[in-house]
Formats: sequence, C-alpha cells, structure tokens
Amino acid sequence: MQEEQSGPPMDTDLDDRELESRLAKTWSTRPGFWGKIACVDHKVVARRYIFTAFVFLMLGGLLSLAMRLQLSQPEARFISPDRYNQIFTMHGTNMMFLFAVPVMEAMAAYLVPLMVGTRNIAFPRLNAFSYWIFLIGGLLLWLAFALDAAPDVGWFAYVPLSGPQYSPGKRTDLWAQMITFTELSALAVAVEVVVTVFKQRAPGMSLDRIPVLVWAMLVMSFLVILAMPAIMFGSSTLILDRLVGTQFYNPAEGGDALLWQHLFWFFGHPEVYIVFLPAVGMVSTILPAFVGRPLYGYMLLVMALITTGILSFGLWVHHMFTVGLPRLGESFFTASSMAIAVPAGIQIFCWLATLWAGKPVYKTPLLFILGFIFTFVMGGMTGVMVASVPFDTQVHDTYFVVAHFHYVLIGGAVFPLIAAIYYWFPKMTGRMMSERLGRWSFWLIFIGFHLTFFPMHILGLWGMPRRVYTYQPELPWASLNLFVSLSSLILASGFLIFFIDAIKSWRSGPPAGANPWNASTLEWATSSPPPPYNFRRIPVVSARDPFSPGNDELTVATGLRTDRREVLVTTIVEALPEARESSATDSVWPFWAAIATSIMLIWSIFSPWAVVWGSIPIAVALIGWFWPKGEAEDES
Amino acid sequence: MKDLVVLDVSKLPLHGTGMASPTWWATCTFMLIEGMGFGLAIAVYFYLMSLAPQWPIGAPPPDLFAGACLTVLLVASIIPNILVSRWARRRELKKVKIGLLIMSFFGIVPLVFRIFEFPALNVSWDDNAYGSIVWTILGLHTTHILTDLVDTLVLTALMFSRHGDNTRRYGDVEDNCLYWNFVVIAWLPLYGCLYWVPRL
Repeated sequence: MQEEQSGPPMDTDLDDRELESRLAKTWSTRPGFWGKIACVDHKVVARRYIFTAFVFLMLGGLLSLAMRLQLSQPEARFISPDRYNQIFTMHGTNMMFLFAVPVMEAMAAYLVPLMVGTRNIAFPRLNAFSYWIFLIGGLLLWLAFALDAAPDVGWFAYVPLSGPQYSPGKRTDLWAQMITFTELSALAVAVEVVVTVFKQRAPGMSLDRIPVLVWAMLVMSFLVILAMPAIMFGSSTLILDRLVGTQFYNPAEGGDALLWQHLFWFFGHPEVYIVFLPAVGMVSTILPAFVGRPLYGYMLLVMALITTGILSFGLWVHHMFTVGLPRLGESFFTASSMAIAVPAGIQIFCWLATLWAGKPVYKTPLLFILGFIFTFVMGGMTGVMVASVPFDTQVHDTYFVVAHFHYVLIGGAVFPLIAAIYYWFPKMTGRMMSERLGRWSFWLIFIGFHLTFFPMHILGLWGMPRRVYTYQPELPWASLNLFVSLSSLILASGFLIFFIDAIKSWRSGPPAGANPWNASTLEWATSSPPPPYNFRRIPVVSARDPFSPGNDELTVATGLRTDRREVLVTTIVEALPEARESSATDSVWPFWAAIATSIMLIWSIFSPWAVVWGSIPIAVALIGWFWPKGEAEDES
Repeated sequence: MKDLVVLDVSKLPLHGTGMASPTWWATCTFMLIEGMGFGLAIAVYFYLMSLAPQWPIGAPPPDLFAGACLTVLLVASIIPNILVSRWARRRELKKVKIGLLIMSFFGIVPLVFRIFEFPALNVSWDDNAYGSIVWTILGLHTTHILTDLVDTLVLTALMFSRHGDNTRRYGDVEDNCLYWNFVVIAWLPLYGCLYWVPRL
C-alpha cells in the first residue's frame, strides 16, 4: 500500500468523473494551429483522411462529368484531345490512389483501434506522417492538373507510351512520384493496422472473437504490404528510365514493355481487393444491426476473406490476356480468376442467410447494402465472363470493361462505404444523418448508377473503345452515349445530396447517443464522438459480441497510469495481457519529416542529386522524431 | 455505461521486449515490405535474363574481389550483431555501448567496398537492361546498409547519453540487430544473382 501511494498516479480507486478528467488531460491535443499540426489522435487523423479522400472523390466525380459532357454527342468540341487524355488519367489515378485506397485505410485507422478496444492506433506519429504525405501527394497531382501538366498516359501508365521517348516533359514523372507518395502513406497505415490488431486487442479478444471488419482490415493491410512494393518498384524504375536513362522498359537494349504490365498488375489486381475486402468487413458488421440477428457464418466469412486475399495474388495476368502470352499461362489465370468467385460467393450466401433469418429494418445503411449485393453480383458475373480469354479478347479495351469495373468498384466498394458512413457517422461526429435525405441519395445513386453504367456493357459489345475523346456520327453509339451522359447527372445528384446531408448533419444533426443502432461491437461502448482516450477503462472481452446492447455494464480492466499515455499490449492469439506500453505523444516532427520527404521526392523529378541532398533533412527530421524527450512515456 | 472491473493489470511491466513489443512486430512488417522489394528485384533480374539472348548483356561478368570482401564482412558482422542483441537483452550497458561501436564499424567498412563494387560490375546503368537491374539491385541494398548504419549511429549516441539505460532503448538495440540480420541475409541471394548467375 505504501509503495502504491508513492508510485505514479494510477486509474485504480478513482471515480469515473475524476478518471475521465485526468485521462482527458493526458490524452487531449493542445489547442491552436501547432497543436492541430502535432495531433496524433487516430480519430482526428482518420477524420482528416476521410474528409480529404471525399474531397478527391468529388473532384474525380467532376472529371467524370466533364468526360460525359464531351461524349454526349459525336464529334463534340468541349474538351481538347490532350485535355481529355489528362482528364481520364486523372480520373482513374485520383479515384484509385487518392480516394479508394486512402479512404478504406482511413476507415481502418478510425475504427480498428475502437473496435479492438485500445486507446490509440499503434505508431500514432507514423499515422500523422502518412496523412501529411498523402495530402501533399494529392495536392501535387491536382496542382499539376491545374497547370495543364497532369499525366496523360492512363491510370496504369503503360510503357512505351509513358517512357522517355513518347512522353517527354514532366507529366509522367509527376504521376510516378505521386505513386510514391500515396504508396508510402498506404504502407505506413498498413503497418499500424497490423500491429494494432496483433498487439493492442482488448484482453480476451482472441483470434476467434475479432470483429469481421477488423479481420477484413488486417487482410487488406497484408495485401497492401505485399502488393504495394511492386508498384513502387515499377514507378521507380519507370522514373529511372525517364530521368537517368536506365533501360528497363526499352526493348532495343534488352528491356521489356511487358515487364511494366507484370509489375503494375501484380500490384493492380490485389489493389481491387484492397478496396473490396474492407467493404466486405463493413457489410458484415452493419448487416446484423439492421436484421436483428447475429451474422451467419463468422468462420466462413473470415476464411473467405483470407482465401480471397491469397488468391488475389494469382490473378494479375488476366489483365494481360491480349498481349500474347503462352496458352498454358492464360489457362492458369482463367482458372484462378474463376476460382476467386468461390470465396466471393460464400460471402454473398452468408449475407443472404443473415438477411433471410432476420427481420430487416430498411434504413439507409441497409438500403446501400442491398444495393451493393445486387450491383456487385452483376459486376461479379461480368467478371467471370471476362475471365474467359476468347470473350476478353473481344471486349478488351472497350466500354464493356469500363462497365464491369465500375460495377465492382462502385457497387462493391463505394456502396458499402456510403453505408458505412451513414452507419458510423453518428460515432464520428456525435450526430445522426438524415434518414429522408439518405433515402433520396440512395435511390438517386442506385438508379443513376445502373442507368449510367449498364448501357456501357452494350456500348462495349457494339465496339466502342475506352479512352477515346470522341467518335464519328456514322457509328451507332450516339443515342446510347447521350442516355449515359444524362443518367450520370442523376448519379451525380445522388452524391450531391449525400454530401449535403453529411455537411448539414455534421453541423446540426440530431444528437446520436452512444449506441444509436443497438450494435454490439466495442466502438459503441463509448460515447459519440469518443473522448481522446477512447475508453475510460480498457474493455475485457469474453464473447464474440463484446457486450450486449441491452446490458448497461461493460467488463473492464484497471491498473493503467493516468499521467502518461498508456495502452495495453496483449498476446497475438489469445489476447492475454503482456505489458502496459506507452503510446506516443503529440509531435510536430512527423509533419516536418513529411515536408522534408516531399521536398526530396518532388526535387528528384528535376535532379537525381536530390536523393542525396534531400535525404539529409529527412534524416534530421527523423532523428528529431525519435530522440527521447524525457517524457513519462519514455519510462520503462 | 457502468464499468465492471474484472482485471487488474497494474503489475504488468511498462514495456515488453521481443514478441511483446509492438516495435518488434513493426520491424518484422517493414522487413516483409522490403523483402518483397528485394524479391521483386530478383524476379525482374531473372525475367530480363530469360529474354536476353546472352547474359550478361554486352559485358563480362562482374569482378569478384570487392563483392567477395563485402560479403565476408557482412557475414562476419552477424557474430558481433548477435552478441550485441544478447547483451541488450541482459541490459549490460557497457557491453552494448562497445558492441554498438563495433557494429558502427561493420556498417561503415562494407560501404567502402561497396564503392568499388559499382565499377566492378563492368557495365553502366544506362548501357542496357542488364546494367539497369544490377545497378538497381546494388543501389537498393546500399540504401539498406546506409539507413541501418544511420540508425546504428543514432542508437550508439543514444546509449552514450542519459537516455541510454532504459528497457525501451535495449529493445531498440535488439530491433536494430534484427534488422541488420535482415540486411545481411537479404544480401546473400542478391550476391548470388549479381556475381554468380552470370558465370553459370
């Protein structure tokens, strides 16, 4: 007893109010501009990430409307061919690298620490760093677009078009370096998510009690870790070819153009699942709250997630069926492309079973999930069609493929994401979104989506190629294109209502309360929005549902310090408590490290010596970041 | 919601080492990322080789001397590296300090040999695809030696400062040793590719 009194302040024997005020003092971000820059709270960083990603979604959406305007009639002259090339390149690059991946990782950065019952993400400063890098990479690309210097070689920048001979100037270098920015930030978040899930789960949350969403984010993070190095290697060698004269992609000197396609799609196909698997997790988490029964087939779903993750690395060549590969190779990749439909089918049947056995309440999140199931199944079916080489040869590079991947990406990822925003918005902001506007936005998006993209299948079968800035009046595509362009306005209006609803509700939506959906995952066991320390005391889990919404009690652990940021580290399989680890305090160094890294990366487009001289400020910033400051967090 | 206390964690240590340390896991994850990078570099090497009518393209195989010396040095550095890791686990500050100085030495000297390895490749990066991939492989690995050397130097300074005698720092030393082992082990297949595959 004597010893305890003289030791550091603990959370033992404190009443709730006193404990909350002490934790708030330790975990809060300092006010003011530099306080905001230094903030490492995973919720704040993730909110910034999500907000920024949605701004990029909006900008990318405007680009697609510009394309639809240009294609609405034959021989239109709204946009010049060169600008059109920039626009479709920007649209794809922006949507994949600045919206889809970052927004899914941001949802992970927000939700995973709350769902596993810890107080901050692992390596919170790395998280802040990754946001600044993402932001600067995105600004770089859009600034280039504003200056008429945006990349114009398609989102996958095939050589030789993107090589030094056919794309002189800096446009493609900016694309390649933007890749480096976004992949760096994506890899950083992936590492944080893996370590958070492995080591910071609440005591008792053994592997078989991890929420499906957390499983999905874990598998997604491993896909990022294993797939992203390929695109970084690809974009770096491309930029080397362009800037210092290496010959990787020059067939005249022993290089090979197809090497680029292999590297790109070895990343690019898992990329689809990097975007899709979090959506699977979201659907599996949201569904039970609206059908009033637990998820059917937890084990099956988790196994399907892992299987999909593994199989996703064996599919990349199906993007290259028309380049003339050996017949055996093509057959193998046809088989693997069809095989991945099996775990996807298992997921769909688990959700259908959950719906079948429950009593669905048709609120906005559930509407978007039903829209997802319908749309994604259609996209999956055209996927099985293009997995067949003869069929793919026919429709390759036509609007059929454009239709297919918008069905799987918007249907498979954006619909669940909007469902997730409606579902977790109350947690993130403390306010409910409007059910009325939500229904409007769902029906406009759902109907607008199908009217826009379904006809593209037909256009593709009629031979309309992708990436053309116009077409001749004698071709039979004009009326359908006009129909698509008009339909895209319905789709856009649905998104507009969604954005209006989000902004309005953020400012003046009705208060949500801690658990508006009567859900049973841990993020609902704390207030909305959660305090900086997430949980007053770390929850202790003894079942797959950590708590039942009707029960007003939460089992918890005590014995953490209140004078420093402390989290609980647990074992990887059974989540038995191992140590009380400190969590990093706010710091401006991640910001400066991001600035230094950005200077080096952008400078290197203009001079290879930037890699040498630009590394010095990075090293200085990193040393400043890691050098101990004698805080309580450094004690051990 | 009311809290029902069922567990007291106040007796747990303030920092875990090895598998109980988040940093250890992050180091492993970073090794996975970089291992993937090295693996891709090797895959590209063999891919280009499979396309070339003869390999190496338009150059004699690399001279062996500098690369062999560097490889011997790197492999030899594993012994002090493991010792430093062991001393760090036992929290023997004086030995750790000496060990880190030795490891700094083992980080700097290979770089001297590395300078001679580039000309020993007998090909320039812009001559042909063979030159490009061997320079890239060597450059990629050099970056790893360099970053780990900077890491080791900073850690050495840290261990000589007042912040040194701390479980957290000993954990950092162990993680740094783990990473150096990775840098050495990753070199072996790269070394085989660069120096011996062209001689097959």
